[in-house]
This record gives sequence, C-alpha cells and structure tokens, in this order.
Amino acid sequence: MPKLPESPGAAVRVRLPAHLVRLFPDGETLVEVEASTVRQLMEALEARWPGMRDRLCDERPAIRRHINVFVDGRRARLDTPLAPGADVFVLTAISGG
Amino acid sequence: MAQKVLVLVGTRKGAFILESDGNRRAWALRGPYCDTWPMNHVVGDPATGRIFAGGGNEWFGPAVWQSDDLGASWRHSSRGLAYAAGETPVKTVWSLAAGSGGTLYAGVEPAGLFRSDDGGESFIHLDGLQQHPSRAEWNPGGAGLILHSLVLDPDDPDAVWVGISAAGVFHSADGGRTFSARNRGTRADYLPEGQNYPEHGQCVHCVVKAPGMRHRLYQQNHCGMYRSDDGGASWQSIEQGLPSSFGFPAAAHPRDPDTLFLVPLNGDTAGRFMPDAKAAVWRTRDGGTTWTALRTGLPQQNAFFNVLRQAMATDTLEPAGAYFGTGSGELYVSADEGERWSRVAEHLPAISSVETLVVEA
Repeated sequence: MPKLPESPGAAVRVRLPAHLVRLFPDGETLVEVEASTVRQLMEALEARWPGMRDRLCDERPAIRRHINVFVDGRRARLDTPLAPGADVFVLTAISGG
Repeated sequence: MAQKVLVLVGTRKGAFILESDGNRRAWALRGPYCDTWPMNHVVGDPATGRIFAGGGNEWFGPAVWQSDDLGASWRHSSRGLAYAAGETPVKTVWSLAAGSGGTLYAGVEPAGLFRSDDGGESFIHLDGLQQHPSRAEWNPGGAGLILHSLVLDPDDPDAVWVGISAAGVFHSADGGRTFSARNRGTRADYLPEGQNYPEHGQCVHCVVKAPGMRHRLYQQNHCGMYRSDDGGASWQSIEQGLPSSFGFPAAAHPRDPDTLFLVPLNGDTAGRFMPDAKAAVWRTRDGGTTWTALRTGLPQQNAFFNVLRQAMATDTLEPAGAYFGTGSGELYVSADEGERWSRVAEHLPAISSVETLVVEA
C-alpha cells in the first residue's frame, strides 16, 4: 500500500553543514531521520534540534534562498519525495563578503 | 559599589564587547560572538544584565541571540520571528529594545515589529505596521526597508516610536497594534519641489528619546536634524550651526534632555564621510539651539570614515561616557561627555551599532 504523501517515511541519511550544526548543542553533521519528503525531513530535524528548521526554511514556506538541499544528487524543494535510503545533502550556497 | 562598563558592538561579522572599569581608561576587547553573523544591534537590559544581539545571516536567516553571562555564552532563537505564510520573509533583525517587565521588542527588515514576553525565547508579530494604510507606498532606503529605530517610553509600556527607512517615524499608543505617522515638519529633499513635507516617506536615520522629558525626541534625518517636544506630532529643525544636514546617529545624554551628541557627515552625495576629512562629534547643551564641535583626540586629517545610524551611544555614569564606532572598524570613547576622545579599538569589522551596559563589578 503506498504511503500517504506526508506520512512518516523510511530512514534517509542527511549530511548537514558544520556551521549549521555548531549553532545547536550536540549537533551532528551526519544523521539518519525518518521522512518521506524534504518537508518531513525538516520537521524531523526540528524535533531533534529545536530551531533548526528556522535556519533552513523561511515562512513562504520554502528552503531559504542561500540554502541548497540535494536528494540523490538532484536539487530539491520542500515537496520533493524521499525514497527509502536516500542520500540528502544540506549545503550553504556561496554567499557573503 | 564599583561598576564596570560594557560597550556592546554590533558588526558585519559578529558581536564584540569592550569592557572597562568605571574610569573608562583601559579597555579589553573580546569576541567575535554570535558565530560571526552580521549583528545589526546589540543591547543590554540593565534590569536583568542580559545581552541581546539582533541580526541575520545570509544562509540561516534572522535571529535574536542572547547571553545571560555578559557574553561568555550565547544561544539564539527566531521562534515566531516570521511573517504569515506567503509574505516576503523576514530577512534580518535591525533593532532591539528591552522594555519594562522583561519585554523585548525587535524591529526587522522588511519593516515590521515583534515582541517577546519570555526573554527572547519566542516572538509574536505586532502587525500594526503591515496594516498601516500607507504601507504599500513605503520605499526602502539604501539599506533596505529597515526598522532601525525603536524607542520605548519608560512612563508608558504601550507607547513605542519606530523609525523606518524610508517610510518615516510612526508612533503606537497601543503596544504596536496600530500606528500613526509622526513626520510633520521633517523634509524630504529628494521629492519634487512643493512635495517636500509629506505625511510619510521621509528618510529618518535615527530617533532617540531625551531623558526626563516625556515628550521630547530628537531625530537625525537624511535631510536635516530635528527636535520634537510633543512626542513626534511635530518636529522643528535644529540643524543651524551644524556643518551638514546629513548624518546617521544621534545619542541622548543619560540625564540632561538638552544635551545631544551627533556625528554629521559631509553629505549624501559627497562621500558620506567626515566633513573635510576631519573627525568631530557635535554636541548641543541647549536642545539644539547651538552646537559645539568636539575634536580632541579624534583624527584631524584623512578621516574618510562614516558612523552608521545605530553606532553611537552614551553610558549612565557621571560624567557620562560617549562612544561611537566607524564603518572602518574603529571604536572611539570619551569618558567626559565628549571633551576628549580615545581610539580603543581598530581593525574591527564594519561597525553597525554601539550600545552600553553598566553593571556592578
């Protein structure tokens, strides 16, 4: 039976940037969470480290302009589905001065 | 009781703190804090000793950082610091003000006002500015549509003035639920002839409240320097005697409502640095009727720096200290109300804001 779009999903592997992780006590750069969409992934990160979703997403709602999320090598949005075992990279874009 | 003075410095690359004893002669610098995020405003709450830093990071968005141990450790939050879904997102925090009873106000870009009742852990949006009838006509200034001046009334917890570039000054008598424009008498030289005194659209640069006079405000504007003795309902020019009508910051004296400090710049199309490249703080002792240039200890040649809208402050000691930070990362201190100045830091990132916090040593 297919999963509902926003139901809890299977485990995916997420790599987080070090300068994000250091903003949170006990942050880790490589984590496994259960999620079937990028939106659910953000909720899982928020549950583990309260406040992290606000660092990665804004209120449009969307992934922040200078944050990139790649799923199995392809740039993703909040509604991008995650297959079981997906590899997710959260990266900061080139920015600043 | 011995006291120490903390100068809270917001910069393009983090917050810094300079600390001295009450003599204010020797200063120790520490930082950068807040993970080197751009910090537009760092303030201390004298009632609690807590330090708040407001800013935003291009990657991670807006947040208010806070420290309960005078800067030794920090945490951050932006819970609730967001507009409704679909709105242009909050980009960064531009101004903070600690009110009575632990209330913290935060002004943001694009211009809006938030309040925290739990010491900066979470925020609620006060949407009176978004609902203002003139909102659709507001144009951003050079730094964006920023709410950079946030002035509270110690005698009325529901009163708040805000300065927005380039929408003007607005006042709320109901804690931010509704606002009225307070720009009568301030010029907008950049509008067509005959339209230079609009109800809103002025490019306010800094609003401060005088101590001890409930309705006295001062305003440095892109186009002139002003005083109001009726809570901003009307403004009168006090720029006569100044070298320029253009500047960014203003700093009120902690006790004397007639004393004010300014740093006029040479003009909006002339480079926006010190007039004749000679640094001076200008002080009035009579509410803006006359002005005196204070130059002792300040560079008198090749001073091509600016001082931004939130980058000047006084402290609460006697005599009052005065402080300003430059766009080229220098911090100047006077322990005698501006008579003599010393440079106590250089090579910092560009300084956005300077505030002080006096605590027991």
